[in-house]
Amino acid sequence: MSAPAALPSTGDRVRSPWRTQLEEALLPAVVALLIALIVGDVLIVAYGQSPGAVYRLLLEGTWGNAYGLGQVLYKTTTLTFTGLAVAIGLQAGLFNIGAESQLAAGGFAAAVVGTLLPPGLPSLVVLPLFIVAAAAGGGLLGGAAGVLKSRWGAHEVITTIMLNFIGLALLNYLTIAHFKVFDTLHTAEIRSGAVARLSALFPAFHGSAANFVLLLALVTVAAAWWYLFRSRAGFELRAVGLQPAAAEYGGVSVSGVWWRAMLISGAVAGVGGLNFVLGYKHYYEDGFAGGAGFLGIAVAIVGRNNPIGVVLAALLFGTLSQGGLAVNALVPKQMVDVLQAVVIIAVVTSVPEVRRLLRSARRGGRGS
Amino acid sequence: MTVAPGLPADAAPAVIRLTGVNKSFGPVHANRGASLTVAPGEIHALVGENGAGKSTLMRVLSGMYQLDEGTIEVNGRDVTGWNTAQAIAAGVGMVHQHFMLVPTLTVAENIVLGRELTRRGQLDRRRAEQAVSELCVRTGLVVAPDRLVGDLSVGEAQRVEILKTLYRGARILILDEPTAVLSPPEVDELWQVLARMRDDGGTVVLITHKLDEVMEISNTVTVMRHGETVGRVATSQTSPAELARMMVGRDVNLAGSAAPASMPAARADHRHALEVRELTVPDSRRTRAVDAVSFTIAPGEILGIAGVEGNGQTELVEALAGLRRASSGAILLDARDITHLSVRARGDAGLSHVPEDRQARGLILDYSIAHNLVLGQQHRFSRHGTLDEARIARNAADQIARFDIRPTDGSVPARTLSGGNQQKIVIARELGRDFKVLLAAQPTRGVDVGAIEFIHAQLRAARAAGKAVLLVSADLTEVLALADRIAVMYGGRFVALLPRAAANEEVLGAYMTGASGKAA
Repeated sequence: MSAPAALPSTGDRVRSPWRTQLEEALLPAVVALLIALIVGDVLIVAYGQSPGAVYRLLLEGTWGNAYGLGQVLYKTTTLTFTGLAVAIGLQAGLFNIGAESQLAAGGFAAAVVGTLLPPGLPSLVVLPLFIVAAAAGGGLLGGAAGVLKSRWGAHEVITTIMLNFIGLALLNYLTIAHFKVFDTLHTAEIRSGAVARLSALFPAFHGSAANFVLLLALVTVAAAWWYLFRSRAGFELRAVGLQPAAAEYGGVSVSGVWWRAMLISGAVAGVGGLNFVLGYKHYYEDGFAGGAGFLGIAVAIVGRNNPIGVVLAALLFGTLSQGGLAVNALVPKQMVDVLQAVVIIAVVTSVPEVRRLLRSARRGGRGS
Repeated sequence: MTVAPGLPADAAPAVIRLTGVNKSFGPVHANRGASLTVAPGEIHALVGENGAGKSTLMRVLSGMYQLDEGTIEVNGRDVTGWNTAQAIAAGVGMVHQHFMLVPTLTVAENIVLGRELTRRGQLDRRRAEQAVSELCVRTGLVVAPDRLVGDLSVGEAQRVEILKTLYRGARILILDEPTAVLSPPEVDELWQVLARMRDDGGTVVLITHKLDEVMEISNTVTVMRHGETVGRVATSQTSPAELARMMVGRDVNLAGSAAPASMPAARADHRHALEVRELTVPDSRRTRAVDAVSFTIAPGEILGIAGVEGNGQTELVEALAGLRRASSGAILLDARDITHLSVRARGDAGLSHVPEDRQARGLILDYSIAHNLVLGQQHRFSRHGTLDEARIARNAADQIARFDIRPTDGSVPARTLSGGNQQKIVIARELGRDFKVLLAAQPTRGVDVGAIEFIHAQLRAARAAGKAVLLVSADLTEVLALADRIAVMYGGRFVALLPRAAANEEVLGAYMTGASGKAA
């Protein structure tokens, strides 16, 4: 952990930013997880079960077999998109609570496009079309909140919450009134563009929903990282998030950044809908988002608004979501919901403390 | 090392005794074995350059920061590691450089905040106002208890800060750069208040850069340099020159002894670098913050604007910079109308701007030095939408060396730098590039002697290079030392516009208070 003493200062400078970033990103999460484990122990014991047995079951049902792991990866994929969406908003100082409806709108738009396509088109060729449709669906809702803020100063927390109600109700209406297959709550199957399951390449994943939209998620993570930390637009976006007055002084249009950030945030959440529509069921089903948009807030916070952190946090929450199903035999699924909440609280409280300890340890290691 | 030459520190009884204080922020060592001994009933000046660690040391004393090593003793009691609540309970209060007041509450409400007088669970406003009035009378700090803090001038707001601290029973008052925001008469009033406190047996620690203040008001001086205490002397036994030498570690050319400023103004070139016509700027209350102001600045000229803060200087500069909309009038830069251009377009047209509030506007505190050095220029330091980090780093290395910014590692966040080095980033960015007109608002506020000398030299160099400079400063000495012509702003108007030769402190002071209200 602590850097070896008496390192040549140049060498220290080359490697320290990465190490520092990695340590500061990972360690608080690990500490938070430990705290959650302890709280979990207490809860499980209070429920009259053995913590060891429950955790073993949780691990076996998630990372212990290929099917469980596939389910974890599937959930992680959606959470990566919604977590990124919330993180991008927070980097601009905006709290996007609307990822839930943006995710659903993206999935719906993609499903509608899929029903309009002629059958038999190669997936890779039509994939860009689906991405655009899903991004437009989510971006419409996110962008609307952005424009309401930029133009009229309406607070994005309020507008995105309200747009959740409006968006989800509208999608429900459109599905039932115009697009549903008789006797179901879902649209017709897409005719082209289905993305292969992981099991097509790795048969062990057979039966799990994990699919190659996972790769799209990883590409999006890389793109988001580049956008936030290497592009000029990201430089300006983060400046607005940190100090709007200084950004304005630096020639940045603060209101312009606001609506653009919300548009991008909504679009990224929308693209997350492809995981379900292209990779899993091949249609839009009312309620498919199932809280993944809201959980994206937790993912962004635990991932400290950093795209890399978001992936790791999504993996953690994906594991816990799937684990909740696995341990159902011993303890109620809600136990895992409580654990998820404990992780969030622990991260929010432990991050500053752990970072402080890290820094003083590092100082000690350097021997000043 | 805790060497403190000068007075034997442990001979006299002490109300404050800090020994061997170490405090670091990441890689920056703000205090390295710093020490401070303050006798009861004295005004003790704590002086030093930017980044010498004065504010840090006092924040350690007032419980805001936890020290890494060292001990704190107050009234003979070891209180190492205490927090602000404990410090306040023990009578130690600090008045910060940046005020911590609630603008939508009244003076009395702000002062009693946290220690409210209540009646049946409700705030007893009448009793609060009464208590505050009594405190005002007792201390000589006069401010109407029922006014909203948001309506107060900076000087009045500072009085409220001091009253708040005294209301909580502070017997040891720490003031961080209190005169940076005050007009000369307000400074005199403050000295009277502090002297009265001392005569009543209270103790004052005054952080300052201004050596004339040290000589005027303090009993004892402690000098810090690079996080260490380098000396402690009785004020009567020292001189400004000696103090400056201790602060900087070499001989300094003090502002007062600077060569007369006036250069042949407005050279043969008759073009105006900046022309402002009938500029009117509304403020938030729909009155005119700037009222039909006109002036020109020639290339190679410094126009100084003097005035008590809050008379429209801030709004004028922001309107010129594009940060605030003018309701009428025109701004011409090099004969080009820039009245309706964006901030960025004005920058590209040759306008540089050192904003008055570097922490809120001038810097993104969590960005690195290197990134702050390109703030506002990011479009010039990127290609195809990507930041050109290699060029940004090269630019940082150049500017850090040229403007002597410390630390020299460009990847360090600006937040960890001292006030003076933060200001050097802003100066480096705005003066280290191609520009025609410079707006310099309070360029040396809260900055130490060494840095003031440096910044003044930079402004003179800009003039020598044919740039037009608009210098807004609350510090008359500064305006008189640099400007070729001096305007005085009062109530949103120029009430005087004089050549340097016709101006002195008395003349300007009269205009500043509105006493000579004839419009120029």
